[in-house]
Amino acid sequence: MTSSVLTRPDTPATRTYASYSRPLWQRVLLTREMAVIALLVAVLVWSNLNVPNFDGPLTLYFLFLDITPILLIALPMTLVIITGEIDLSVASVVGLSSVLVGLLHHDAGLSIPAAAAVALVVGAVCGAFNGFLVSYVGLPSLAVTIGTLALYRGIAVGLLGTTAVTDFPEKWTTLAQDRIGTSSYPVVLVPIAVLAVLFALLLHFSPFGRGVFEIGLNDEAAHFTGVNVERTKFWLFVMTGAVSALAGVYYTLRYGSARGDNATGMELQVIAAVLLGGVSIFGGRGALHGVIAGVVLIGALSSAMRLESLTVNVINIVIGALLVLSVMSTSLLAWLSALTSGRTNGALRLGKRRQAAMHHRKGDQ
Amino acid sequence: MKFQNRLSALAAVALVASLGLTACGGNDSTAADGSSGGKTTVTFLPKNLGNPYFDTSDAGGKKAVEEFGGTYAEVGPDTATPDAQVPFINTAAQQGVNALVISADDPKAICNAIGTAQSAGTKIVTFDSDTSPDCRDLFINQATSEGIAKVEVDQIAKQIGDSGEIAILSAAANATNQNAWIDLMKKDLAADHPNIKLVDVVYGNDDDQTSFDKTAALLQAHPDLKGIISPTTVGIAAAARYLSTSEYKGKVALTGLGTPNQMREYVKDGTVTSFALWNPEDLGYLAAYAAKALVDGTITGKEGDKFDAGKLGSFTVGADATVLLGDPYVFDKSNIDKFKF
Amino acid sequence: MTDLMLRPSRVSPVQRAAGTVLRSREIAVAAVLVAVIVVTTLKSNSFLFSSDGWRDLLLTPCILVPLAIGQTVVIVTRNVDLSVGSVLGLTAYLTGRLFLDHPGLPVLAVFVIGMLAGAVLGAVNGVLVAFGKVPALVITLGTLYIYRGIFLTWAGSNRINASDMPAGFLKLGTASILTIPVLIIIAFVVLAVVGYVLRTARGGRELYAIGSDPDAAKLYGLPVTKRVLTAFVVSGALAGLAGVIYTARYGTVSSGAGYGIELQAVGAAVIGGVAIFGGSGTVWGAAIGAFLLVTINRALPIVGIQDFWQQAVVGALIICAVVLDRVLSARQARRLVEARDLS
Repeated sequence: MTSSVLTRPDTPATRTYASYSRPLWQRVLLTREMAVIALLVAVLVWSNLNVPNFDGPLTLYFLFLDITPILLIALPMTLVIITGEIDLSVASVVGLSSVLVGLLHHDAGLSIPAAAAVALVVGAVCGAFNGFLVSYVGLPSLAVTIGTLALYRGIAVGLLGTTAVTDFPEKWTTLAQDRIGTSSYPVVLVPIAVLAVLFALLLHFSPFGRGVFEIGLNDEAAHFTGVNVERTKFWLFVMTGAVSALAGVYYTLRYGSARGDNATGMELQVIAAVLLGGVSIFGGRGALHGVIAGVVLIGALSSAMRLESLTVNVINIVIGALLVLSVMSTSLLAWLSALTSGRTNGALRLGKRRQAAMHHRKGDQ
Repeated sequence: MKFQNRLSALAAVALVASLGLTACGGNDSTAADGSSGGKTTVTFLPKNLGNPYFDTSDAGGKKAVEEFGGTYAEVGPDTATPDAQVPFINTAAQQGVNALVISADDPKAICNAIGTAQSAGTKIVTFDSDTSPDCRDLFINQATSEGIAKVEVDQIAKQIGDSGEIAILSAAANATNQNAWIDLMKKDLAADHPNIKLVDVVYGNDDDQTSFDKTAALLQAHPDLKGIISPTTVGIAAAARYLSTSEYKGKVALTGLGTPNQMREYVKDGTVTSFALWNPEDLGYLAAYAAKALVDGTITGKEGDKFDAGKLGSFTVGADATVLLGDPYVFDKSNIDKFKF
Repeated sequence: MTDLMLRPSRVSPVQRAAGTVLRSREIAVAAVLVAVIVVTTLKSNSFLFSSDGWRDLLLTPCILVPLAIGQTVVIVTRNVDLSVGSVLGLTAYLTGRLFLDHPGLPVLAVFVIGMLAGAVLGAVNGVLVAFGKVPALVITLGTLYIYRGIFLTWAGSNRINASDMPAGFLKLGTASILTIPVLIIIAFVVLAVVGYVLRTARGGRELYAIGSDPDAAKLYGLPVTKRVLTAFVVSGALAGLAGVIYTARYGTVSSGAGYGIELQAVGAAVIGGVAIFGGSGTVWGAAIGAFLLVTINRALPIVGIQDFWQQAVVGALIICAVVLDRVLSARQARRLVEARDLS
């Protein structure tokens, strides 16, 4: 055994600091988030020109009203997915809070704000249950949230049966749909903007947020660097539950109807939007501006397709295809870059050939 | 290292471009234009799509619209829920459709959306299932609710010998028309048929599989059941299909509102003795003409307004801005072959 | 107990086999199923003892059982297949269309075509997951949307009506051999075949290895890509079979066919003992889990609970099953560590 065994296989020339730093414009613009934003702009411009009635005054208004619940839930969901977990029970919490608002207002005579507050608390409790099972008992979040998806939805439907409560005071249902002055922007954009800023600050500018990224990259390492992994995950699930309940209150007031099966299937739309926005399903990377762009993109596409009188199925096919493509694109890009640096272990070899195997064998003689 | 990054960046841009092309590519507009050069645009929005009753009524509407030279469109959700109807009302408002003909999934929930559409200039006509009267401009009723309830109760009473347990298999729990009929049926039973007991009301949501399963559950849960009323065409068809293969065939009476085509086989094999309906095609036809009259300004929905409805003749608007089509018709073995809808 | 891990067991093979069986998860779930049936029959005799009751008891799960079996095969490899509901809808509609457009087609041919169609759809999932290295959750979420969209576009607002089906096919929906419905016999045959393959065939055992530790499986040289692809193809084919069975049972196929059934399939598998992180569980357990879910749904209205609460019961069961799995595996791991420390 000579010392050539200890020679490491060829690696790129000693990495210098300069190799890592790219110009600011590249670091900002050549990211997945920017790709989604560019796509969003392209879709909006194209629709404005080509889709009849898209440039009408009602379009933006309805667009924002429609995407509000998804946008609200996507904010904490981003953090959850960045830690590598997932929460499929969000739509069921929306349904449950919707039912609670309906029941408390109609049968117990509470005012809407009081009913909404109770619904928020219940939503947080639901999230806490999820969080407890995932972080402290150590169960896989996929299994837990599939179970709580059925459980919470079941409680919602069980409480109300198949009837719907539709008797809401007009003051509140109109507030849910009010505009800011006479513009196309609904009033609900204000709380959304506030929440978005809060979450952005939490995720990108606070230690908690850095902890979230670390957990996603390697939760054992995060634990040893002092991040309280269990507590972080727990609070993330609580946040998701509370925000889902808020989305439920809005949904109820906007459609004027509290039903047990409200928002069935919404969790898939939220996850599709989050993944489209550049968050990696494996955890560890993502940014809120991409997610917001992803939600608006899906909303704009749906709106444009509806105005073109395309049916819901075509809209679903496009969203599903976008989801698959956006997730595959990460793998595709990784594969492409692996090709060019020849690290594909014998598969198609372009570019410089790695001499790793040869070196090693030579060293053995 | 730099080469990798640049390649990834280039690939990202290419992917974005191709994704953008995907979004751009497939949408060739064959759109229903809002106001296509003076032609009246009428859009039908039934409770849900894929329901043969609404297929027939909307086809009647289409015939009427083509007769008076308008543009017809039919949209609808997959499931009969009120919040699923709202996006279609919104889209109609955006497109500037002249008239929207709706069968409502809920009396109040869609009122806000209708309000926005009305302020965008769309006339709202409800048919088959109403909203609350202050929400819409006109309601086309197929028959009086009292008449429908009475015919149902009379049929079941005749078939079970005026005493025993019965159950109702309804559609969606919030549907205005269903609840109106069920309330009147309960009143009628209390007043005229004291020996008949209504033990259960279950909801099939106008979904075939759900109605099928709910019928099975009803028969399991109430072994002494003697009759089932199903005032929904989807429900009665599914219940008949379950009954015809079960041991209760012939022992449990089934009646309700059904279409002749769906029920023919079960009337012939004895599962169902008789059932009722009206002609849904006429209902849609009348609704379309009423919509046109509203759009043209011939009527405003006031009581006493008269308008012409093509081959059905002339109609007068009644109280509460309601137009009545006629009376329910009873189908049985002797006359079912005469009808093809 | 730790003693047993260090020395050969002094218990006789028969006792050992009996012990394993009795302590197994499948028996526990079967016991719960029997308890539910007993309680319901006490309330209403006709639940079990009428010809309709017995028939429906066996017949109603006939759609969920193949789905649960297919889901098990996928879950065992540490993946999940959420698109089975849409595949079911699509193949159910395909079955109806085949009968409408080609009236003379033999029933067996329709079954085969349905399974093939499902297999192709499953293969798409498999290719994307096995070669794309993307989590199956996301891929099958996407294909759930895509397949449902294709189904709705194809069907339009048409539906297949029972009156369009040949009478022979519809009779299959309620036909029985020796009072056991034909459709559930088909499901049992599939169960036996898949169970046997998973337990004895090399390909089947390798699925468990891949689910237990994918990295080790790859380093060991197992054909991971091929096996995962096959798992998804099997899941798709069984979903196709379930679609044909659906058409035979209900006769009518509307655009909502199969909507939401994928979560029931996953739930049935999890309740039946299949670990969601892969590597353990049997198709027998999944089938019993499917029976349990469907029977609870049917039993609730008889016992007097509104069947609105059915979903809540399912959710609670899933959570209990997952927690139980976790508690048991933690205990097992602790015992193994103790045994290792002792030796």
